[in-house]
Amino acid sequence: MNKYYHSIYINEKKCEGRMRCMRVCPTQAIRVRNGKAIILEERCIDCGECINACPNNAIMPLTDPFTTISKFKYTMAIPSPALYAQFGREILPDKVLEGLRRIGFNDAYDVAQSCGEVSFAIQEYLREYRGPKPLILSSCPPVVRLIQVKYPELIDLIMPIETPREVAGKEIKERKSKELGLKKEDIGAIYLTPCPAKMISIRQPAEGGKSHLDGAISIKDIYAPLLSAMESLSKSDYKSSLESLCILGIGWAIAGGISKTLRLRNSLAVSGLRNVVRVLDDIENGKLKNIDFLEAYSCLEGCVGGSLTVENVYISYNKIFQLIEDLELRKIKACPDIREVRRKFKQNYYFRKEKISPRPLKPLDTYISKAILKMKEKDEIYESLPKIDCGACGSPTCETFAEDVVKGEAKITDCIFKVPERFEEISKELIELLRKSPYQRLGIEKEEQ
Amino acid sequence: MKLRKLAKMAIENRIEHSFVIKGKDFGNAGNVSTKIKDLLKEIGIPPSIIRRVAIATYEAEMNVVMYANHGTLNFALTPQKIEIVVDDRGPGIEDIELAMQEGYSTATEEMREMGFGAGMGLPNIKKNSDEFEITSEVNKGTKLRIVIYLDSKNE
Repeated sequence: MNKYYHSIYINEKKCEGRMRCMRVCPTQAIRVRNGKAIILEERCIDCGECINACPNNAIMPLTDPFTTISKFKYTMAIPSPALYAQFGREILPDKVLEGLRRIGFNDAYDVAQSCGEVSFAIQEYLREYRGPKPLILSSCPPVVRLIQVKYPELIDLIMPIETPREVAGKEIKERKSKELGLKKEDIGAIYLTPCPAKMISIRQPAEGGKSHLDGAISIKDIYAPLLSAMESLSKSDYKSSLESLCILGIGWAIAGGISKTLRLRNSLAVSGLRNVVRVLDDIENGKLKNIDFLEAYSCLEGCVGGSLTVENVYISYNKIFQLIEDLELRKIKACPDIREVRRKFKQNYYFRKEKISPRPLKPLDTYISKAILKMKEKDEIYESLPKIDCGACGSPTCETFAEDVVKGEAKITDCIFKVPERFEEISKELIELLRKSPYQRLGIEKEEQ
Repeated sequence: MKLRKLAKMAIENRIEHSFVIKGKDFGNAGNVSTKIKDLLKEIGIPPSIIRRVAIATYEAEMNVVMYANHGTLNFALTPQKIEIVVDDRGPGIEDIELAMQEGYSTATEEMREMGFGAGMGLPNIKKNSDEFEITSEVNKGTKLRIVIYLDSKNE
């Protein structure tokens, strides 16, 4: 049954079927059946919109608990660059990494370094690329899944470059197993995530295969202990200069950051799933061919807008933006050696091993001629509905309801506007039954007498 | 009797939709092709064909929006083919042969600034269709007929 693993689950006890989740879901993956919300596995792309919409907090992200770090002999924290944006402007990444070491991780890895490498790899790839455009960034899991589900014909536009978090996981395991003489499986590479979607990209990568990471902890869950650990640090514990910051890597936290720091002029950044949908529609219509590179993020303003972050998205966006400006102004480029990246690029080090394949939604029928008949039936049902998308039937719109009826997943009488009609039918049947009953016959006979 | 039955089946197995396209309505431009695309996805038409239909209908829709006052797009789907007829009331095309040349465009400066008018519209439609007919009358309008066959393997 569970063909697709999801990073979102609904707590049935807390769910009161209030339908907020059903209305915000951009892929119409939620239905309310018997008063409880359910997720349609094949439609869900793990964007997490429903988590924020639920007034009962009944929808939970399935990230790993903090205790997961004790499962390994040696545990590395790999924080998303969005973590750096969660604290005041004076707190620099070095302090955050030191704080992580104090709260129980054996070490913390600055993923901005891997981000920088991947930025360079993107640049290299774009330089040689001559195929259809625009190429789409592959690091946001819901965007990749949205393309798999709803835009299968755009699948080849997804960049074949591995995400920075996977590159980091691969590198850490190789380096640390040599340094410490441990087996790779004894080293836990734990991602600190701003969104639940990264969790599924670890448990079930879109392209199949196996992730280099071992788990993901929500930024929300480590925020409090990390903050107090950082407060008890003294100045000598960490470096407090900008010198070791990779400007390219920091850029990954915000929408448009990669293009800005790489100075890719012919690129576009779009954030928020609904906006992404609009741009993908345009690409499907054959537009935007003159754009080289599209940065697309499911969360508003990029990863800093993730549903598992703490700080207000505009404040965290601004912090990252200012950091980039400062680094640019002071010409600090503590980024990976581009010659080294080029060498590894030529050896295909940064390429994804498996190809991402489409997972289009099940059509109305496997045979086109039958599907056409079902479509006509659906249109007829839809025409008979009030078209006000009230949701009382448990489907998000009248159109999806018509589809659910045709597919046999809902009954036409689930529509409350169909109830009077149904009553009429039932009452006619009742009168008919009464007429046939001995009681009624007796009554009629009495009247006649 | 047999013929009548066949004819009835053919009518039943056909979806038709008619859309109205308003000239100069850039705000809603592209909506018709998006609707058609969604319908084809739901039916389960192969992605490669959807892409061709999407590009052809989008370009045809944009031509109406940019140049004509008003137009209709009639869409029909059968298990064998997709047929699109776009009929507009507008300036018409004086020299069709010229209009079919890549790079030729009568778009205004404003339209070009919006990213249109590369002179690829009609050639692009033709490239993506299996049958393509164009008729036009100056100061009256233009009519396009586009047919794209479905892969028979899907049946």
